Amino acid sequence: MELKDVENLANLARIELDEEEKKSLLTDMQGILEYVKQIESVEVEDIEPDYKVHNVWREDTLEPRNFSKELILEQFPDTQDNFLKVKKIL
Amino acid sequence: MIDLKSLTIKKARLALDNKEFTAVELAQAYLDEIKNKNNELNVYLEVYDDVLEQAQVADVMIKDGKSFPLLGIPLAIKDVILIKGRHVSSASKILENYIASYDATVIEKLKKQGVVFLGRTNTDEFAMGGSTENSAYGVTKNPYDTSRVAGGSSGGSVVAVAANLALGSLGSDTGGSVREPSAFCGTVGFKPTYGRVSRHGLIAMGSSLDCIGQIAKNTEDAKIIFDAVTGHDPMDSTSFNDDTYPSYKEKKDMVVGIPWSLVNSEGVDAKVKENFNQSIKKLESLGFKMKDISIKNLDIALAIYYIIMPAEASTNLARFDGVRYGLHKDGSNLLEDYMLTKGVGFGKEVRRRILLGTYVLSHGYYDAYYGKAQAVRNVLIKEFDRVFKDIDIIATPTAPFVAWKIGEKSDPVSVWLADIFTITANMVGVPAVSIPSGFSEVEGKNLPLGIQFMAPHGAEDLLFEVGKKFEEVR
Repeated sequence: MELKDVENLANLARIELDEEEKKSLLTDMQGILEYVKQIESVEVEDIEPDYKVHNVWREDTLEPRNFSKELILEQFPDTQDNFLKVKKIL
Repeated sequence: MIDLKSLTIKKARLALDNKEFTAVELAQAYLDEIKNKNNELNVYLEVYDDVLEQAQVADVMIKDGKSFPLLGIPLAIKDVILIKGRHVSSASKILENYIASYDATVIEKLKKQGVVFLGRTNTDEFAMGGSTENSAYGVTKNPYDTSRVAGGSSGGSVVAVAANLALGSLGSDTGGSVREPSAFCGTVGFKPTYGRVSRHGLIAMGSSLDCIGQIAKNTEDAKIIFDAVTGHDPMDSTSFNDDTYPSYKEKKDMVVGIPWSLVNSEGVDAKVKENFNQSIKKLESLGFKMKDISIKNLDIALAIYYIIMPAEASTNLARFDGVRYGLHKDGSNLLEDYMLTKGVGFGKEVRRRILLGTYVLSHGYYDAYYGKAQAVRNVLIKEFDRVFKDIDIIATPTAPFVAWKIGEKSDPVSVWLADIFTITANMVGVPAVSIPSGFSEVEGKNLPLGIQFMAPHGAEDLLFEVGKKFEEVR
């Protein structure tokens, strides 16, 4: 792994890192990948897991839920007319 | 003066029902003890300011003749479980001022019983860690030696019980986070079968691994808390019914399977091995038979855990972006909002795991890492089914070493190795418990050790029975 790989991953994960953090993470990631690389040498047969299948979907009917709409609205960083306001996406 | 040291949930219930003391007096006793010790140990991130009011409500219920197992009992809750109207932050800066908009199902159940919630306890940030050193609000100290870690990620919840700052607590266990700190601090740490206790209202880390665990002074108390929070929940699609798994009864001539090759492996401390061998002798004195078992891919379980869990965690933590709640850093456009918010809000270990998760799920690596890890996981599940045909429970030490000194382990992988015995239960979904098994003297201090038992899916009763028996002979 190289610094540009760390930058790429940070970009995908939407986390801003400064140069020092990138270098430190590179060292960490190299050590970690050394450890998890063991998996490459393992031979696995493709085993189908046993599934216990049952339906967890509910009917599309109105059901009361116990949550606070006020607390949710209060915590929106930016709102307008009880809508969540965000910066433009497109 | 209520003697908190010798108090258990069972004793407190009798005392409350016999009017030896009130719920308010009991709660006050804990508040006083918290005042004495919390600054040093850093157990509670927040002690609720309405504890006595909650206790008053419990006292009214008791006066009205109501009696639930946990009525008026003061419990601590890990800072990852939502209580409506109260702060919950996963010990992260990114949720520092977040207020829960609903109760977790386990909290609803505890509220019905009239539990007194003392406060929210410290944890590794987003439950990522084995020492509580990764909290954004400081480490929690081990009461047996305050220069050492309490273990993690449920360090706060465990020390709350170990240091008599609560009579019981809830934690979360994704790779051992209730069992490992319990071993380090001498408490019972119980992880139910995956799906036995609802995850609705638990801040998710690894959705196929997370379990809400129970922490108490002894097995009997842990069972009381477990019974209160268990049950099918339509709000958690992975929660199962009472009849999903067969119930297990302890039988004569119980057979204990021990994966000796893992127990005797190099990374396991000599004192841990010695203590485990002593525990085995005690089990034999109970009439249990020991059997060496071999589980395919057990030696690689930790590596695949650290592929699957970061992958799931990176997905789960995507929601913390400053858009709907939590920390919001303003950039010049939406992308910058995300980058700045996450850049500032997430700590080091969290970033490592998000990046690792992103890597193993990314194009070109998905099959080699995540795909393969899941395949190995399926093998492990089948292997456990196979060995449980000839044995009743599996025993291992809970952790390969005792609590280390705060700051001693700077290499992330070295901390991960503490999970070597615990992660399999999460990977496979079986219930597991850590029971205190003795002490190891290190630099003049007695550091606790734990023995871990695992049982088949749904066999929590078996674990409670075995745990209780072991407590009588240890």
